[in-house]
Amino acid sequence: MDPVSTAAASVEVSGLAFAYPDGHQALFGVDFRIERGERVALLGPNGAGKTTLVLHLNGILTGGAGTVTVAGLPVGKRHMPEIRRRVGIVFQDPDDQLFMPTVREDVAFGPAAAGVKGAELEARVDRALAQVGMGEFKDRPPHHLSFGQRRRVAVATVLAMEPEILVLDEPSSNLDPASRRELADILRSLDVTVLMVTHDLPYALELCPRSLILSEGVIAADGRTAELLSEDALMRAHRLELPFGFDPRSVTADTSRP
Amino acid sequence: MGAGHAHRLYRHGHSPVHALPPHTKLAATFAFVVVVVSTPREAMWAFGLYAVLLGVVAYHARVPAGFVLKRLLIEVPFVAFAVLMPFVAEGARVDVLGLSLSVNGLWGAWNVLAKGTLGVAASVLLASTTELRELLLGLQRLKLPPLLVQIASFMIRYGDVITDEMRRMRIARESRGFEARGVKHWGVLAKSAGALFIRSYERGERVHLAMVSRGYAGSMPVIDEVTASRAQWSYALALPVAALVVCLLGWTL
Repeated sequence: MDPVSTAAASVEVSGLAFAYPDGHQALFGVDFRIERGERVALLGPNGAGKTTLVLHLNGILTGGAGTVTVAGLPVGKRHMPEIRRRVGIVFQDPDDQLFMPTVREDVAFGPAAAGVKGAELEARVDRALAQVGMGEFKDRPPHHLSFGQRRRVAVATVLAMEPEILVLDEPSSNLDPASRRELADILRSLDVTVLMVTHDLPYALELCPRSLILSEGVIAADGRTAELLSEDALMRAHRLELPFGFDPRSVTADTSRP
Repeated sequence: MGAGHAHRLYRHGHSPVHALPPHTKLAATFAFVVVVVSTPREAMWAFGLYAVLLGVVAYHARVPAGFVLKRLLIEVPFVAFAVLMPFVAEGARVDVLGLSLSVNGLWGAWNVLAKGTLGVAASVLLASTTELRELLLGLQRLKLPPLLVQIASFMIRYGDVITDEMRRMRIARESRGFEARGVKHWGVLAKSAGALFIRSYERGERVHLAMVSRGYAGSMPVIDEVTASRAQWSYALALPVAALVVCLLGWTL
């Protein structure tokens, strides 16, 4: 690896603004920095520009103002294959993410596209599936798995690329409480930077010591998750609501755990 | 390849035919069909020999005759067409059981029937000894345009997803008291079909996004390299070569 990446932040976004071709402006100057190994939640109401921001991280959307750098590499045409490898996005619907006929081939897709083959490819697949506890489902077609299992395989498809940062779009959506907890255990056990886009505030509190609130195309707040969720005025201002009966001040979950 | 994805045409087994690399089987089947089609229709005995050859393959593949015959039923519409030919064709007539039939038509019907049946039987044997997934790998190996192989593989992957979406839409319609009765309701069904198309199209866009995010740049990475040894090739090609000999005899005799 190049020497810059060890010193640089996992992701650095500065002055990012973006308008869609139809004129709708989604981002109005976004700045933040995520250090290596951090787990950060990206919170915000619907239509705040969360998805737009995520698609900038791996260069699917470009052309606006501002810069995005991933591990010291500027996101742009020149480094695109490397950027795509380093930023692993797990999309919300696993049926979109898992497009190959078998789990094994799906997990192998990313590294194979990057030119890995033979025994090393096989080892990558096995390692990624072991990380999410899906080793014995290797030869199954994805649509025969349960939703929670599919979500875990979707995470593995990205882990197989050995990314610098894992970006999860609504990771807890449609999961039953057990699958939700299993996924949390998996995410906690991983040694990568995680950016989690979510509406699920308790899940953010459980997993991410730090949160960003994106609202109307700007970062409205950046701080410790427990503190942000406890600020009623801030939360109300950005249409963020905690589930009934949930009080972040009463939760003693060790959110400080790395 | 493990469990799952067993299509109903596929018959699980561990015969020597099952074990052949998929592209050798594809090439052999294709060559066999070409040879059969180019045989003169007057050489009736040749078609009998072809059937025997297929019988030998089925025996080696341990595919029971009943299984193949049942799947041959797909041919029925073509048979109906072939049966019509002696009645409608022009030319010299011949009397059979009091019916005046065209000689040319009879030959034509025989031609369609014999060649069609042999072709379908060969395809059935291929499908019952080769998994769908392997067939795709075989096509890829045979250098079929990669885009076609990709489209076929997405069809396999998303067939169930789209059928499920269709089922959910039907349940949603029926839950609101809708029942398709007569022409009046076709409009609703047409709109559902349109909505399904849009949904599938949008899913396609999301899948493409997921692929691009993992480094897709227009061609599928090769994950499984299928290779065939010389012995495997010669084993698979034994069928079309034997058929070719029969065909040549048919032309010369």
